[in-house]
Amino acid sequence: MADALLSLKDVRAGYGAAVVLDGISFDVPVRGSLAVLGRNGVGKSTLLLTIMGFTAIARGAVLWRGEDITRLPPNRRAQEGIGWVAQEREIFPSLTVEENLTVASRPGDWNLKKVYDLFPRLHERRGNKGNHLSGGEQQMLATARALMTNPDLLLLDEPLEGLAPIIVEELSAAIGRLAAEQGMTLILVEQHAEIALSLTDEAVVIERGTIAHRARSKDLLADQATLDRLIGLKVEA
Amino acid sequence: MAMTASTPSTDPHAWLRRQTRWHPVEIAFWLATLLPFFLFPNYLVLASQIAITALFALSLDLILGYAGIVSLGHAAFFGLGAYASGILSKHGWGEPLTGLLFGAAVAGIVGYATSFIIARFRHLTLIMLTLGFGLLLFELANKAHWLTGGADGLQGVKIWPIFGRIQFDLWGYTAYSYALIVLFVLFLVCRRLIHSPFGLALRGIRENSVRMPAIGAPSAAHIRKIYTISAAIAGVAGALLTQTTETVALEVLSFARSADTAVMLVLGGAGMLYGGLIGSIIFMIARDQFSGIAPQYWYFWIGILLIVVVMFLPNGILGGLSTLLARWRKP
Repeated sequence: MADALLSLKDVRAGYGAAVVLDGISFDVPVRGSLAVLGRNGVGKSTLLLTIMGFTAIARGAVLWRGEDITRLPPNRRAQEGIGWVAQEREIFPSLTVEENLTVASRPGDWNLKKVYDLFPRLHERRGNKGNHLSGGEQQMLATARALMTNPDLLLLDEPLEGLAPIIVEELSAAIGRLAAEQGMTLILVEQHAEIALSLTDEAVVIERGTIAHRARSKDLLADQATLDRLIGLKVEA
Repeated sequence: MAMTASTPSTDPHAWLRRQTRWHPVEIAFWLATLLPFFLFPNYLVLASQIAITALFALSLDLILGYAGIVSLGHAAFFGLGAYASGILSKHGWGEPLTGLLFGAAVAGIVGYATSFIIARFRHLTLIMLTLGFGLLLFELANKAHWLTGGADGLQGVKIWPIFGRIQFDLWGYTAYSYALIVLFVLFLVCRRLIHSPFGLALRGIRENSVRMPAIGAPSAAHIRKIYTISAAIAGVAGALLTQTTETVALEVLSFARSADTAVMLVLGGAGMLYGGLIGSIIFMIARDQFSGIAPQYWYFWIGILLIVVVMFLPNGILGGLSTLLARWRKP
Protein backbone atom coordinates (compact mmCIF):
# COMPACT_ATOMS: atom_id res chain seq x y z
CA MET A 1 0.00 0.00 0.00
CA ALA A 2 1.61 3.21 -1.22
CA ASP A 3 0.20 5.59 1.39
CA ALA A 4 0.54 3.29 4.41
CA LEU A 5 1.84 5.13 7.45
CA LEU A 6 2.70 1.89 9.22
CA SER A 7 3.11 -1.58 7.79
CA LEU A 8 3.89 -4.84 9.52
CA LYS A 9 5.22 -7.55 7.20
CA ASP A 10 5.10 -11.13 8.45
CA VAL A 11 6.33 -10.12 11.92
CA ARG A 12 7.44 -12.80 14.37
CA ALA A 13 8.26 -11.28 17.76
CA GLY A 14 8.34 -11.92 21.47
CA TYR A 15 10.48 -11.75 24.57
CA GLY A 16 13.82 -13.53 24.40
CA ALA A 17 13.20 -17.06 23.12
CA ALA A 18 9.44 -16.86 23.77
CA VAL A 19 7.49 -16.14 20.58
CA VAL A 20 4.23 -14.24 21.19
CA LEU A 21 3.38 -12.95 17.71
CA ASP A 22 3.81 -14.91 14.50
CA GLY A 23 3.14 -13.91 10.90
CA ILE A 24 1.50 -10.59 11.71
CA SER A 25 0.91 -8.41 8.64
CA PHE A 26 -1.24 -5.31 8.20
CA ASP A 27 -1.15 -1.75 6.91
CA VAL A 28 -2.47 1.36 8.59
CA PRO A 29 -3.02 4.26 6.19
CA VAL A 30 -2.54 7.93 7.09
CA ARG A 31 -5.62 9.09 9.08
CA GLY A 32 -6.71 5.46 9.30
CA SER A 33 -7.70 3.67 12.47
CA LEU A 34 -7.37 0.05 13.44
CA ALA A 35 -9.00 -1.80 16.32
CA VAL A 36 -7.02 -4.75 17.69
CA LEU A 37 -9.32 -7.19 19.46
CA GLY A 38 -8.86 -10.54 21.11
CA ARG A 39 -9.07 -12.41 24.36
CA ASN A 40 -6.64 -11.79 27.21
CA GLY A 41 -3.09 -13.00 26.65
CA VAL A 42 -3.26 -13.43 22.87
CA GLY A 43 -0.56 -10.83 22.18
CA LYS A 44 -2.44 -7.54 21.68
CA SER A 45 -0.21 -5.51 24.01
CA THR A 46 2.87 -7.26 22.64
CA LEU A 47 1.84 -6.07 19.20
CA LEU A 48 1.96 -2.44 20.35
CA LEU A 49 5.23 -3.05 22.20
CA THR A 50 6.63 -4.50 18.96
CA ILE A 51 5.57 -1.45 16.96
CA MET A 52 7.22 0.71 19.65
CA GLY A 53 10.44 -1.34 19.53
CA PHE A 54 10.36 -2.91 22.98
CA THR A 55 10.39 -6.57 21.84
CA ALA A 56 12.80 -8.76 19.91
CA ILE A 57 11.76 -9.26 16.27
CA ALA A 58 12.89 -12.65 14.98
CA ARG A 59 11.46 -12.31 11.48
CA GLY A 60 9.65 -9.83 9.28
CA ALA A 61 9.75 -6.05 9.15
CA VAL A 62 8.11 -2.94 10.54
CA LEU A 63 7.86 -0.17 7.96
CA TRP A 64 7.17 3.48 8.79
CA ARG A 65 6.25 5.60 5.79
CA GLY A 66 7.83 2.85 3.70
CA GLU A 67 11.16 2.93 5.60
CA ASP A 68 12.32 -0.11 7.52
CA ILE A 69 12.41 0.74 11.24
CA THR A 70 12.68 -2.84 12.50
CA ARG A 71 16.01 -2.14 14.22
CA LEU A 72 15.26 1.43 15.29
CA PRO A 73 15.31 1.93 19.11
CA PRO A 74 12.10 3.05 20.86
CA ASN A 75 13.21 6.65 21.45
CA ARG A 76 13.92 7.11 17.73
CA ARG A 77 10.51 5.67 16.86
CA ALA A 78 8.89 8.15 19.24
CA GLN A 79 10.87 10.96 17.61
CA GLU A 80 9.74 9.74 14.18
CA GLY A 81 6.12 10.15 15.27
CA ILE A 82 4.85 7.02 17.00
CA GLY A 83 3.10 7.78 20.27
CA TRP A 84 2.22 5.08 22.77
CA VAL A 85 -0.14 4.98 25.72
CA ALA A 86 0.78 1.97 27.83
CA GLN A 87 -1.84 -0.25 29.44
CA GLU A 88 -0.31 0.48 32.84
CA ARG A 89 -0.43 4.24 32.02
CA GLU A 90 3.00 4.66 33.55
CA ILE A 91 2.66 8.30 34.34
CA PHE A 92 5.43 9.79 36.48
CA PRO A 93 3.95 9.70 39.99
CA SER A 94 6.04 12.37 41.69
CA LEU A 95 5.80 14.83 38.80
CA THR A 96 2.85 17.21 38.51
CA VAL A 97 0.40 16.99 35.63
CA GLU A 98 2.13 19.93 33.94
CA GLU A 99 5.55 18.37 34.45
CA ASN A 100 4.33 15.03 33.09
CA LEU A 101 3.18 16.83 29.96
CA THR A 102 6.18 19.12 29.59
CA VAL A 103 8.68 16.28 29.87
CA ALA A 104 7.21 14.72 26.72
CA SER A 105 6.84 17.93 24.74
CA ARG A 106 8.18 18.00 21.20
CA PRO A 107 7.66 20.67 18.54
CA GLY A 108 4.35 20.51 16.70
CA ASP A 109 0.66 21.34 16.85
CA TRP A 110 0.02 19.65 20.17
CA ASN A 111 0.85 21.92 23.09
CA LEU A 112 -0.40 22.39 26.64
CA LYS A 113 -3.37 24.48 25.57
CA LYS A 114 -4.48 21.94 23.01
CA VAL A 115 -4.25 18.94 25.34
CA TYR A 116 -6.03 20.92 28.07
CA ASP A 117 -8.77 21.72 25.54
CA LEU A 118 -9.12 18.00 24.87
CA PHE A 119 -8.99 17.10 28.58
CA PRO A 120 -10.19 20.15 30.59
CA ARG A 121 -10.00 18.07 33.75
CA LEU A 122 -6.21 17.97 33.42
CA HIS A 123 -6.03 21.75 33.38
CA GLU A 124 -7.95 21.83 36.66
CA ARG A 125 -5.47 19.33 38.11
CA ARG A 126 -2.32 20.70 36.49
CA GLY A 127 -0.58 21.31 39.84
CA ASN A 128 -1.43 17.85 41.22
CA LYS A 129 1.16 15.10 41.29
CA GLY A 130 0.58 12.07 39.12
CA ASN A 131 -0.11 9.77 42.06
CA HIS A 132 -2.80 12.13 43.34
CA LEU A 133 -5.02 11.59 40.28
CA SER A 134 -7.91 9.18 39.87
CA GLY A 135 -7.59 6.26 37.45
CA GLY A 136 -9.53 8.12 34.78
CA GLU A 137 -7.43 11.24 35.19
CA GLN A 138 -4.26 9.17 35.00
CA GLN A 139 -5.49 7.67 31.74
CA MET A 140 -6.25 11.14 30.38
CA LEU A 141 -2.78 12.26 31.45
CA ALA A 142 -1.13 9.25 29.80
CA THR A 143 -3.00 9.99 26.56
CA ALA A 144 -2.25 13.71 26.75
CA ARG A 145 1.42 13.00 27.43
CA ALA A 146 1.61 10.83 24.32
CA LEU A 147 -0.04 13.63 22.32
CA MET A 148 2.59 16.11 23.60
CA THR A 149 5.18 14.12 21.63
CA ASN A 150 3.21 15.26 18.55
CA PRO A 151 2.75 11.80 17.08
CA ASP A 152 1.46 10.94 13.63
CA LEU A 153 0.30 7.56 14.93
CA LEU A 154 -1.13 6.96 18.38
CA LEU A 155 -1.07 3.48 19.91
CA LEU A 156 -3.63 3.08 22.69
CA ASP A 157 -3.40 -0.01 24.86
CA GLU A 158 -6.71 -0.69 26.61
CA PRO A 159 -7.31 2.96 27.54
CA LEU A 160 -10.75 2.22 28.99
CA GLU A 161 -9.76 -0.69 31.20
CA GLY A 162 -11.00 -0.48 34.79
CA LEU A 163 -12.61 2.95 34.43
CA ALA A 164 -16.03 4.10 35.63
CA PRO A 165 -18.71 4.23 32.91
CA ILE A 166 -18.86 8.03 32.91
CA ILE A 167 -15.07 8.24 32.41
CA VAL A 168 -15.25 5.58 29.70
CA GLU A 169 -17.77 7.79 27.93
CA GLU A 170 -15.60 10.90 28.34
CA LEU A 171 -12.42 9.18 27.11
CA SER A 172 -14.18 7.47 24.22
CA ALA A 173 -15.51 10.83 23.10
CA ALA A 174 -12.00 12.30 23.27
CA ILE A 175 -10.55 9.42 21.26
CA GLY A 176 -13.36 9.83 18.75
CA ARG A 177 -12.56 13.54 18.41
CA LEU A 178 -8.88 12.72 17.94
CA ALA A 179 -9.70 10.52 14.97
CA ALA A 180 -12.56 12.53 13.45
CA GLU A 181 -11.50 16.14 14.07
CA GLN A 182 -7.73 15.91 14.34
CA GLY A 183 -7.26 13.18 11.76
CA MET A 184 -5.02 11.22 14.12
CA THR A 185 -4.02 7.77 12.90
CA LEU A 186 -4.90 5.27 15.62
CA ILE A 187 -4.29 1.70 16.63
CA LEU A 188 -6.62 0.89 19.48
CA VAL A 189 -6.27 -2.25 21.59
CA GLU A 190 -9.42 -2.62 23.63
CA GLN A 191 -11.53 -5.16 25.50
CA HIS A 192 -14.63 -3.01 25.00
CA ALA A 193 -15.14 -4.37 21.47
CA GLU A 194 -18.25 -2.36 20.71
CA ILE A 195 -16.58 0.94 21.62
CA ALA A 196 -13.36 0.08 19.77
CA LEU A 197 -15.27 -0.90 16.65
CA SER A 198 -17.40 2.24 16.75
CA LEU A 199 -14.25 4.42 16.93
CA THR A 200 -12.23 2.77 14.14
CA ASP A 201 -12.34 2.03 10.40
CA GLU A 202 -10.72 -1.40 10.34
CA ALA A 203 -10.32 -4.24 12.83
CA VAL A 204 -8.19 -7.30 13.35
CA VAL A 205 -8.83 -10.07 15.83
CA ILE A 206 -5.79 -11.82 17.24
CA GLU A 207 -5.77 -15.42 18.40
CA ARG A 208 -2.68 -17.12 19.80
CA GLY A 209 -0.34 -14.55 18.28
CA THR A 210 -1.74 -14.56 14.76
CA ILE A 211 -4.43 -12.56 13.00
CA ALA A 212 -7.49 -14.80 12.99
CA HIS A 213 -9.88 -12.35 11.36
CA ARG A 214 -9.81 -8.97 9.70
CA ALA A 215 -12.76 -6.85 8.61
CA ARG A 216 -14.13 -3.34 8.41
CA SER A 217 -15.07 -2.29 11.91
CA LYS A 218 -18.70 -1.56 11.13
CA ASP A 219 -19.08 -4.94 9.42
CA LEU A 220 -17.56 -6.76 12.37
CA LEU A 221 -19.73 -4.80 14.78
CA ALA A 222 -22.76 -6.15 12.90
CA ASP A 223 -21.39 -9.70 12.81
CA GLN A 224 -22.49 -10.94 16.22
CA ALA A 225 -21.66 -14.57 15.50
CA THR A 226 -18.01 -13.88 14.56
CA LEU A 227 -17.50 -11.61 17.54
CA ASP A 228 -18.98 -14.19 19.86
CA ARG A 229 -16.79 -16.94 18.39
CA LEU A 230 -13.51 -15.01 18.36
CA ILE A 231 -13.77 -12.77 21.39
CA GLY A 232 -16.41 -14.45 23.44
CA LEU A 233 -18.29 -11.21 23.92
CA LYS A 234 -21.84 -10.50 23.10
CA VAL A 235 -22.24 -7.04 21.66
CA GLU A 236 -25.39 -5.06 22.26
CA ALA A 237 -27.03 -4.28 18.93
CA MET B 1 0.22 40.07 28.16
CA ALA B 2 0.67 38.23 31.40
CA MET B 3 -0.56 34.67 31.47
CA THR B 4 -3.32 34.18 34.00
CA ALA B 5 -3.56 31.08 36.12
CA SER B 6 -6.58 29.83 34.20
CA THR B 7 -5.08 30.39 30.74
CA PRO B 8 -2.73 27.60 29.77
CA SER B 9 0.35 28.59 27.83
CA THR B 10 0.83 27.16 24.37
CA ASP B 11 4.54 26.98 25.10
CA PRO B 12 5.27 23.69 26.83
CA HIS B 13 8.48 25.07 28.35
CA ALA B 14 6.87 28.11 29.95
CA TRP B 15 6.57 26.12 33.17
CA LEU B 16 10.31 25.45 33.12
CA ARG B 17 11.07 29.12 32.59
CA ARG B 18 8.86 30.00 35.57
CA GLN B 19 10.95 27.64 37.71
CA THR B 20 14.13 29.59 36.93
CA ARG B 21 12.82 32.72 38.65
CA TRP B 22 14.61 33.39 41.92
CA HIS B 23 12.56 32.93 45.08
CA PRO B 24 13.22 35.41 47.91
CA VAL B 25 14.16 32.47 50.17
CA GLU B 26 16.90 31.50 47.73
CA ILE B 27 18.30 35.02 47.74
CA ALA B 28 18.16 35.03 51.55
CA PHE B 29 20.01 31.69 51.64
CA TRP B 30 22.87 32.94 49.51
CA LEU B 31 23.10 36.18 51.45
CA ALA B 32 23.26 34.10 54.64
CA THR B 33 26.34 32.29 53.32
CA LEU B 34 28.17 35.62 53.79
CA LEU B 35 27.36 35.71 57.51
CA PRO B 36 30.40 33.66 58.63
CA PHE B 37 32.66 36.52 57.48
CA PHE B 38 30.99 38.79 60.07
CA LEU B 39 29.52 36.53 62.75
CA PHE B 40 31.94 33.58 62.88
CA PRO B 41 35.33 34.79 61.59
CA ASN B 42 37.06 32.08 63.65
CA TYR B 43 35.14 29.37 61.82
CA LEU B 44 36.00 30.30 58.22
CA VAL B 45 38.11 27.16 57.77
CA LEU B 46 35.11 25.05 58.77
CA ALA B 47 32.91 27.19 56.51
CA SER B 48 35.20 26.50 53.56
CA GLN B 49 35.01 22.75 54.30
CA ILE B 50 31.22 23.01 54.38
CA ALA B 51 31.16 24.83 51.03
CA ILE B 52 33.36 22.14 49.46
CA THR B 53 31.26 19.34 50.94
CA ALA B 54 28.10 21.11 49.76
CA LEU B 55 29.48 21.20 46.21
CA PHE B 56 30.22 17.49 46.42
CA ALA B 57 26.71 16.82 47.76
CA LEU B 58 25.29 18.91 44.91
CA SER B 59 27.13 16.72 42.40
CA LEU B 60 25.68 13.60 44.04
CA ASP B 61 22.20 15.15 44.01
CA LEU B 62 22.37 15.49 40.23
CA ILE B 63 22.64 11.73 39.80
CA LEU B 64 20.87 10.43 42.90
CA GLY B 65 18.15 13.01 43.47
CA TYR B 66 17.35 13.80 39.85
CA ALA B 67 18.29 10.75 37.78
CA GLY B 68 17.78 8.06 40.44
CA ILE B 69 21.33 6.70 40.14
CA VAL B 70 22.15 5.45 43.62
CA SER B 71 25.91 5.64 44.13
CA LEU B 72 27.99 4.60 47.11
CA GLY B 73 31.25 5.29 45.34
CA HIS B 74 30.95 8.91 44.31
CA ALA B 75 34.03 9.80 46.38
CA ALA B 76 36.01 8.19 43.54
CA PHE B 77 35.45 11.35 41.47
CA PHE B 78 36.04 13.64 44.43
CA GLY B 79 39.33 11.85 45.04
CA LEU B 80 40.33 11.89 41.38
CA GLY B 81 39.83 15.66 41.29
CA ALA B 82 41.75 16.05 44.54
CA TYR B 83 44.70 13.94 43.40
CA ALA B 84 44.74 15.39 39.87
CA SER B 85 44.94 18.92 41.18
CA GLY B 86 47.46 17.96 43.87
CA ILE B 87 49.75 16.03 41.53
CA LEU B 88 49.63 18.88 38.99
CA SER B 89 50.64 21.32 41.69
CA LYS B 90 53.36 19.07 43.07
CA HIS B 91 54.90 18.85 39.63
CA GLY B 92 55.16 22.59 39.20
CA TRP B 93 51.78 24.01 38.21
CA GLY B 94 50.00 25.47 41.24
CA GLU B 95 47.67 27.91 39.49
CA PRO B 96 44.30 27.35 41.23
CA LEU B 97 41.73 27.89 38.48
CA THR B 98 43.47 25.69 35.93
CA GLY B 99 43.95 23.20 38.77
CA LEU B 100 40.18 23.11 39.23
CA LEU B 101 39.66 22.62 35.52
CA PHE B 102 42.25 19.84 35.47
CA GLY B 103 40.54 18.11 38.40
CA ALA B 104 37.17 18.43 36.64
CA ALA B 105 38.59 17.09 33.37
CA VAL B 106 40.23 14.01 34.94
CA ALA B 107 37.13 13.14 37.00
CA GLY B 108 34.84 13.90 34.05
CA ILE B 109 36.78 11.68 31.65
CA VAL B 110 36.74 8.76 34.10
CA GLY B 111 33.05 9.49 34.79
CA TYR B 112 32.29 9.40 31.08
CA ALA B 113 34.15 6.11 30.63
CA THR B 114 32.33 4.44 33.55
CA SER B 115 28.95 5.94 32.60
CA PHE B 116 28.58 3.35 29.84
CA ILE B 117 28.45 0.68 32.55
CA ILE B 118 26.33 2.78 34.93
CA ALA B 119 23.69 3.42 32.25
CA ARG B 120 23.04 -0.30 31.85
CA PHE B 121 22.12 -1.12 35.44
CA ARG B 122 19.75 0.00 38.19
CA HIS B 123 19.02 -0.63 41.85
CA LEU B 124 21.20 -3.02 43.89
CA THR B 125 23.50 -3.87 40.98
CA LEU B 126 24.20 -0.18 40.50
CA ILE B 127 24.94 0.33 44.19
CA MET B 128 27.39 -2.56 44.16
CA LEU B 129 29.05 -1.36 40.96
CA THR B 130 29.62 2.17 42.27
CA LEU B 131 30.79 0.81 45.61
CA GLY B 132 33.20 -1.57 43.88
CA PHE B 133 34.55 1.19 41.66
CA GLY B 134 35.14 3.41 44.68
CA LEU B 135 36.96 0.68 46.60
CA LEU B 136 39.03 -0.15 43.53
CA LEU B 137 40.29 3.42 43.19
CA PHE B 138 40.93 3.68 46.93
CA GLU B 139 43.22 0.65 46.88
CA LEU B 140 44.91 1.74 43.64
CA ALA B 141 45.75 5.10 45.23
CA ASN B 142 46.93 3.30 48.37
CA LYS B 143 49.20 1.03 46.31
CA ALA B 144 50.56 3.75 43.99
CA HIS B 145 52.65 5.33 46.74
CA TRP B 146 55.12 6.76 44.18
CA LEU B 147 52.31 8.88 42.69
CA THR B 148 49.85 9.56 45.48
CA GLY B 149 51.92 9.20 48.64
CA GLY B 150 49.73 6.22 49.62
CA ALA B 151 48.47 6.16 53.19
CA ASP B 152 50.82 9.05 54.10
CA GLY B 153 48.96 11.33 51.74
CA LEU B 154 50.27 13.54 48.96
CA GLN B 155 52.79 16.03 50.27
CA GLY B 156 54.46 18.98 48.59
CA VAL B 157 51.36 20.60 47.17
CA LYS B 158 51.93 24.32 46.67
CA ILE B 159 49.09 26.47 45.46
CA TRP B 160 49.85 29.83 43.89
CA PRO B 161 47.87 32.95 44.77
CA ILE B 162 44.51 33.28 42.97
CA PHE B 163 44.96 35.49 39.88
CA GLY B 164 48.59 35.79 41.03
CA ARG B 165 47.53 38.17 43.82
CA ILE B 166 45.27 36.66 46.46
CA GLN B 167 47.15 34.41 48.86
CA PHE B 168 45.51 31.58 50.83
CA ASP B 169 45.67 32.67 54.49
CA LEU B 170 45.75 30.70 57.75
CA TRP B 171 42.35 31.94 58.92
CA GLY B 172 40.45 30.60 55.93
CA TYR B 173 39.27 33.95 54.61
CA THR B 174 40.52 33.31 51.07
CA ALA B 175 39.65 29.62 51.23
CA TYR B 176 36.02 30.31 52.15
CA SER B 177 35.65 33.15 49.64
CA TYR B 178 37.14 31.00 46.89
CA ALA B 179 35.11 27.87 47.76
CA LEU B 180 31.90 29.90 48.10
CA ILE B 181 32.33 31.58 44.72
CA VAL B 182 33.05 28.25 43.00
CA LEU B 183 30.07 26.67 44.77
CA PHE B 184 27.78 29.51 43.72
CA VAL B 185 28.91 29.49 40.09
CA LEU B 186 28.50 25.71 39.78
CA PHE B 187 25.18 25.88 41.63
CA LEU B 188 23.96 28.32 38.95
CA VAL B 189 25.04 25.86 36.28
CA CYS B 190 23.22 22.99 38.02
CA ARG B 191 20.12 25.13 38.59
CA ARG B 192 19.96 26.01 34.90
CA LEU B 193 20.50 22.38 33.97
CA ILE B 194 17.78 21.08 36.26
CA HIS B 195 15.24 23.65 35.07
CA SER B 196 15.74 22.71 31.44
CA PRO B 197 13.99 20.06 29.34
CA PHE B 198 17.05 17.87 29.98
CA GLY B 199 16.59 18.24 33.75
CA LEU B 200 12.92 17.35 33.51
CA ALA B 201 13.80 14.33 31.37
CA LEU B 202 16.19 13.22 34.13
CA ARG B 203 13.31 13.27 36.61
CA GLY B 204 11.30 11.17 34.17
CA ILE B 205 14.20 8.71 34.00
CA ARG B 206 14.26 8.57 37.80
CA GLU B 207 10.57 7.65 37.76
CA ASN B 208 10.69 5.15 34.91
CA SER B 209 13.87 4.85 32.88
CA VAL B 210 12.61 1.92 30.84
CA ARG B 211 9.61 3.77 29.48
CA MET B 212 11.18 7.18 28.87
CA PRO B 213 12.28 6.15 25.35
CA ALA B 214 8.57 5.81 24.50
CA ILE B 215 8.28 9.60 24.70
CA GLY B 216 11.43 10.12 22.70
CA ALA B 217 14.04 10.49 25.45
CA PRO B 218 17.16 8.34 25.13
CA SER B 219 17.52 7.27 28.78
CA ALA B 220 20.99 5.77 28.47
CA ALA B 221 22.44 8.83 26.70
CA HIS B 222 20.90 11.16 29.29
CA ILE B 223 22.30 9.05 32.14
CA ARG B 224 25.77 9.14 30.55
CA LYS B 225 25.59 12.92 30.23
CA ILE B 226 24.50 13.64 33.79
CA TYR B 227 26.90 11.10 35.25
CA THR B 228 29.80 12.77 33.43
CA ILE B 229 28.70 16.26 34.53
CA SER B 230 28.27 15.06 38.12
CA ALA B 231 31.72 13.42 38.11
CA ALA B 232 33.32 16.63 36.81
CA ILE B 233 31.65 18.72 39.54
CA ALA B 234 32.74 16.19 42.18
CA GLY B 235 36.24 16.53 40.74
CA VAL B 236 36.09 20.30 41.20
CA ALA B 237 35.05 19.80 44.83
CA GLY B 238 38.00 17.46 45.37
CA ALA B 239 40.39 19.91 43.72
CA LEU B 240 39.04 22.69 45.94
CA LEU B 241 39.82 20.64 49.03
CA THR B 242 43.37 20.04 47.80
CA GLN B 243 43.92 23.70 47.04
CA THR B 244 42.53 24.99 50.33
CA THR B 245 44.43 22.45 52.47
CA GLU B 246 47.57 21.95 50.31
CA THR B 247 47.53 18.24 50.97
CA VAL B 248 45.67 15.16 49.74
CA ALA B 249 44.82 12.41 52.23
CA LEU B 250 43.88 8.93 51.06
CA GLU B 251 40.56 9.53 52.82
CA VAL B 252 39.34 11.62 49.86
CA LEU B 253 38.61 8.32 48.10
CA SER B 254 37.11 6.56 51.10
CA PHE B 255 33.76 4.81 51.29
CA ALA B 256 33.00 6.90 54.39
CA ARG B 257 33.10 10.09 52.31
CA SER B 258 30.64 8.62 49.78
CA ALA B 259 28.35 7.36 52.54
CA ASP B 260 28.51 10.62 54.52
CA THR B 261 27.52 12.60 51.44
CA ALA B 262 24.58 10.29 50.80
CA VAL B 263 23.53 10.85 54.43
CA MET B 264 23.76 14.62 53.92
CA LEU B 265 21.48 14.37 50.89
CA VAL B 266 18.95 12.27 52.78
CA LEU B 267 19.02 14.73 55.68
CA GLY B 268 18.59 17.80 53.51
CA GLY B 269 16.32 16.27 50.87
CA ALA B 270 17.39 14.64 47.62
CA GLY B 271 16.28 16.06 44.29
CA MET B 272 15.80 19.61 45.55
CA LEU B 273 19.13 21.30 44.65
CA TYR B 274 19.32 22.95 48.07
CA GLY B 275 18.90 19.64 49.92
CA GLY B 276 22.56 18.71 49.63
CA LEU B 277 23.60 22.20 50.68
CA ILE B 278 21.36 22.23 53.77
CA GLY B 279 22.34 18.64 54.61
CA SER B 280 26.04 19.51 54.36
CA ILE B 281 25.66 22.49 56.67
CA ILE B 282 23.77 20.46 59.29
CA PHE B 283 26.05 17.41 59.01
CA MET B 284 29.32 19.33 59.15
CA ILE B 285 28.28 21.60 62.01
CA ALA B 286 26.87 18.61 63.91
CA ARG B 287 30.10 16.71 63.36
CA ASP B 288 32.15 19.67 64.54
CA GLN B 289 30.05 20.14 67.67
CA PHE B 290 29.47 16.47 68.55
CA SER B 291 33.09 15.50 68.01
CA GLY B 292 34.00 18.30 70.42
CA ILE B 293 31.85 16.62 73.07
CA ALA B 294 32.82 12.99 72.41
CA PRO B 295 35.39 12.64 69.58
CA GLN B 296 34.97 8.86 69.15
CA TYR B 297 31.20 8.68 69.31
CA TRP B 298 29.94 11.59 67.25
CA TYR B 299 28.40 9.24 64.66
CA PHE B 300 25.98 8.14 67.41
CA TRP B 301 24.24 11.51 67.27
CA ILE B 302 24.34 11.64 63.49
CA GLY B 303 22.67 8.21 63.54
CA ILE B 304 19.89 9.49 65.77
CA LEU B 305 19.43 12.54 63.57
CA LEU B 306 19.25 10.36 60.46
CA ILE B 307 16.68 8.01 62.01
CA VAL B 308 14.48 10.91 63.14
CA VAL B 309 14.61 12.61 59.74
CA VAL B 310 13.93 9.44 57.75
CA MET B 311 11.02 8.46 60.04
CA PHE B 312 9.32 11.81 60.29
CA LEU B 313 10.55 13.67 57.19
CA PRO B 314 10.91 11.03 54.47
CA ASN B 315 11.75 13.70 51.88
CA GLY B 316 14.38 15.27 54.11
CA ILE B 317 14.33 18.51 56.01
CA LEU B 318 13.59 20.60 52.93
CA GLY B 319 10.88 18.18 51.82
CA GLY B 320 9.30 18.41 55.27
CA LEU B 321 9.44 22.20 55.22
CA SER B 322 7.85 22.26 51.74
CA THR B 323 5.01 20.03 52.96
CA LEU B 324 4.44 22.20 56.02
CA LEU B 325 4.46 25.32 53.88
CA ALA B 326 1.96 23.79 51.44
CA ARG B 327 -0.36 22.84 54.33
CA TRP B 328 -0.05 26.31 55.80
CA ARG B 329 -0.98 27.89 52.46
CA LYS B 330 -3.93 25.52 51.90
CA PRO B 331 -5.50 24.91 55.30
